Amino acid sequence: MSRFGTGAVVCAKVARWLAAVLFGATLGLATLPANAEYGDVVLNRASEKEGMRPVIFPHWFHRIRFRCKVCHFELGFKMRAGANEVKMNDIIEGRFCGMCHNGEIAWAPENCDLCHSGKRGLPPGIFGGHETNGPGRW
Amino acid sequence: MMQLLILLRQNFPLLHLLVAALALAIAPAAAPQNWQPLENDGLRDPASPALKLLQQPAAALSTLPPDTAGNRVRWVKALDDGHINPRTNLRAETKVQTYDKDVLLDLNGSMPVVRFPHRVHTLWLDCSNCHDHIFKKQRGATKISMFNILQGEQCGLCHGAVAFPLTECSRCHSTSRKDAKAELAREAAEAAEAAQAADVSLPKAGAK
Repeated sequence: MSRFGTGAVVCAKVARWLAAVLFGATLGLATLPANAEYGDVVLNRASEKEGMRPVIFPHWFHRIRFRCKVCHFELGFKMRAGANEVKMNDIIEGRFCGMCHNGEIAWAPENCDLCHSGKRGLPPGIFGGHETNGPGRW
Repeated sequence: MMQLLILLRQNFPLLHLLVAALALAIAPAAAPQNWQPLENDGLRDPASPALKLLQQPAAALSTLPPDTAGNRVRWVKALDDGHINPRTNLRAETKVQTYDKDVLLDLNGSMPVVRFPHRVHTLWLDCSNCHDHIFKKQRGATKISMFNILQGEQCGLCHGAVAFPLTECSRCHSTSRKDAKAELAREAAEAAEAAQAADVSLPKAGAK
């Protein structure tokens, strides 16, 4: 009886381990990025309509230089890709990106191509990670 | 050369194991594809003039403490060890707040208890980024669930998007239930002792 019990426990353990490995593998596959760096954000609500390439915002580049709170507290960027309506006028007038991209802290807005560098047709959203602006890909 | 190897092997039978372990240890470091060049990232237009000017991820990230997930960078370690010193504020009048208190969460779940460290979160974030609209400050007042987190709510607003991904279970579920319960009991005892001490030091109302 006890032997049977131990066998069942071991079986359950192996099954759980297998399930964990399979789950992990699925996660790995599901989140394989289209090579985008983790946390890259595409802004393309207005860009292409206005005849510009979509904007690619790299979180990795910015977080080396600024803590999250600078943009997500001081500048008022909401923490969900797609929740911020950022227009060029805001930037030129010093709001949102324009707080730094003013030619003093970072390049000025007339360097259009440095931000508007994305492929045409890209949907707005966060890349390289899981989707966070709606139900996940699980 | 062969003779030398055989000689080494005879004298150090575990050498081949050691070599294998070394090879395994070196392999991830030698894997070249940690960071894709911008021109291959699937996002940038290959015709964009920006590609010649923008910093490449590998140039910036390969110098920071390595990780296996997300940006392959231990961001908190990079900050703590002084590899990076990102600005905390732009305006001089902005109050930069930090807070150092670990909170134990998920005490009765099936996974190890979550230790939420305020310190590392407030190094990056302001209190108002999470409180009170996502998490109420009062312990236990907000029901937190993996279901919400996997949907990109609660912790999943950042973890899975820019902060380390949700594949790294044990980085949050890090504390054994026994240790967590002992820690909470210790804290409660200390709080009771402090309250008692305060009570004794105060002159009793009506006592003459």
